[in-house]
Amino acid sequence: MKFDKDTVARVARLARIATGDAERQQLAGELSAIIEWIDTLGEVNTDDVEPMTGVGAMTLKWRRDEVTDGAAADDITANAPAAAEGCFVVPKIVE
Amino acid sequence: MTVLTDLTIAGARDLLAAGDVSAVELARAHLAAMERHRGLNAFITETPERALELADASDRRRRTGDAGRLEGIPVAIKDLFCTKDIPTTAGSRILDGFRPFYESTVTAAMLREGAVMLGKTNLDEFAMGSSNLTSWYGPAINPWRARGDDKARVPGGSSGGSASAVAARMAMAATGTDTGGSIRQPAAFTGTVGLKPTYGRCSRLGIVAFASSLDQAGPLTRTVRDAAIMLGAMAGHDPLDSTSANEPLDGLEDTLEAGVDGMTIGIPEEYRVEGMPAVIDELWQRGIAWLEDAGATVREVSLPHTRFALPAYYIIAPAEASSNLARYDGVRYGLRFEGDDLVSMYERTRAEGFGAEVKRRILIGTYVLSEGYFDAYYLKAQKVRTRIADDFREAWTSVDALLTPTTPSAAFAADSPPDDPVSMYLNDVFTVPASLAGLPGISVPAGLDGDGLPLGLQVIARPFDEARLLRVARTIEEAAGFDAAPGNPT
Repeated sequence: MKFDKDTVARVARLARIATGDAERQQLAGELSAIIEWIDTLGEVNTDDVEPMTGVGAMTLKWRRDEVTDGAAADDITANAPAAAEGCFVVPKIVE
Repeated sequence: MTVLTDLTIAGARDLLAAGDVSAVELARAHLAAMERHRGLNAFITETPERALELADASDRRRRTGDAGRLEGIPVAIKDLFCTKDIPTTAGSRILDGFRPFYESTVTAAMLREGAVMLGKTNLDEFAMGSSNLTSWYGPAINPWRARGDDKARVPGGSSGGSASAVAARMAMAATGTDTGGSIRQPAAFTGTVGLKPTYGRCSRLGIVAFASSLDQAGPLTRTVRDAAIMLGAMAGHDPLDSTSANEPLDGLEDTLEAGVDGMTIGIPEEYRVEGMPAVIDELWQRGIAWLEDAGATVREVSLPHTRFALPAYYIIAPAEASSNLARYDGVRYGLRFEGDDLVSMYERTRAEGFGAEVKRRILIGTYVLSEGYFDAYYLKAQKVRTRIADDFREAWTSVDALLTPTTPSAAFAADSPPDDPVSMYLNDVFTVPASLAGLPGISVPAGLDGDGLPLGLQVIARPFDEARLLRVARTIEEAAGFDAAPGNPT
């Protein structure tokens, strides 16, 4: 299997998703099946092919470096599970 | 007597203009239909008071001689579009309680054009799915039933609530979003018209992001003309979305009846997939005959990398999703589950807040972007995407549009969906290639299968050639004469 339980644990840690042992076991099977199916891409010759990073040949637009919006701290924090004085409140990270 | 909920947008527009019906009457009729069909679970949030306010304002505006393109038209909005002060869930538990303080560019444009919003429709969680079974708010149900079988059918996904609402005549039209088929596949499953415009036509600002290089908003309607009207109101350049296109889109309705005489339509041979049911192939052959009868030249074309589109999509879309969904961390909005420290708070919040399919895709995406695997998976998929887009570019040198089935089957029963993730992904086998290439595609209801369930045909066209796309679609619509409606939706 491409995806064993340890790989699931490593990737889940990177993705910041808590997983239990039984869940890791099930995910290992499901994700292996998906990855094996994806591996058929190896059959395509992509030598000298440029990766497609977006659709169409769009060039990013420029604008003046001016403030056009803002001063919305109360609006932005209104949806936070915890907020105080215009800031998000998170668990203590520095002792 | 006119049944108000059976009206198309074009029909309602005439009655409204003549003063034969008011926006408030239309809104009331559709709100009553929403109540009757609550069992279909098509809406996550109903907004009847707001609908009546908007309808009343619309009637007053009309009396002053001012009428927008959607003036007084009752529409439903997929719950992936941020709507100011109205809950926006993306079908996920993790956005529980979220009320945006801004309006998406697309819904703002529709409101400016006079649309009357009825509510927010159900969807697969974060638009990831082809069944609507992954919504935290329970599955939306298809108003159609198979003959002699009362089993609930899925409306497809991810825009399943929108498709169900339009098919059951709860809304005259609805917005959807399509990343790999999420407008076209539910349209096929519910006998409605589903249009995915060219990537960049509709602003993505204020639409909850799934896969940013693929996501595109579009309408679900009951006629091709209504799709043209809706697109006219939804599309447009937005300086706040760097991938928004500034391409003209005018007169779609004027050229709608121009037909296909003189056009060349391509039939991609690789879409004849193994195990495709005979009924799908028969429908496809009928579609070819309709277009030939209308004066089109039909020829086979080859899109050699078609079978690699789905696996490439299932690298690219999850990779982009894993990045986009990193923002749901229990800090800025929605749900928070406390932990021992910051990281365990993140991990618990995301474990409780996301459903199984979303987690699978985040994990696949995280894996293919992780150190040591990036080149083998993500970069490889981006190169395969180039080859898929090149296949289409080659096709456009000899044909004006492509005709394919929309889905490999009709709507499946809600209690017996494909039993593993990869089989479920195969629902989008015909819709994903055009998504990867950023092309416009439309599903038009074209017939019923042996069990009386609707089937769709898909038309694909060149970038920004929605005008020709809709001409072909209109020709199919007229030839098919599809006038079946779901029997007794509950």
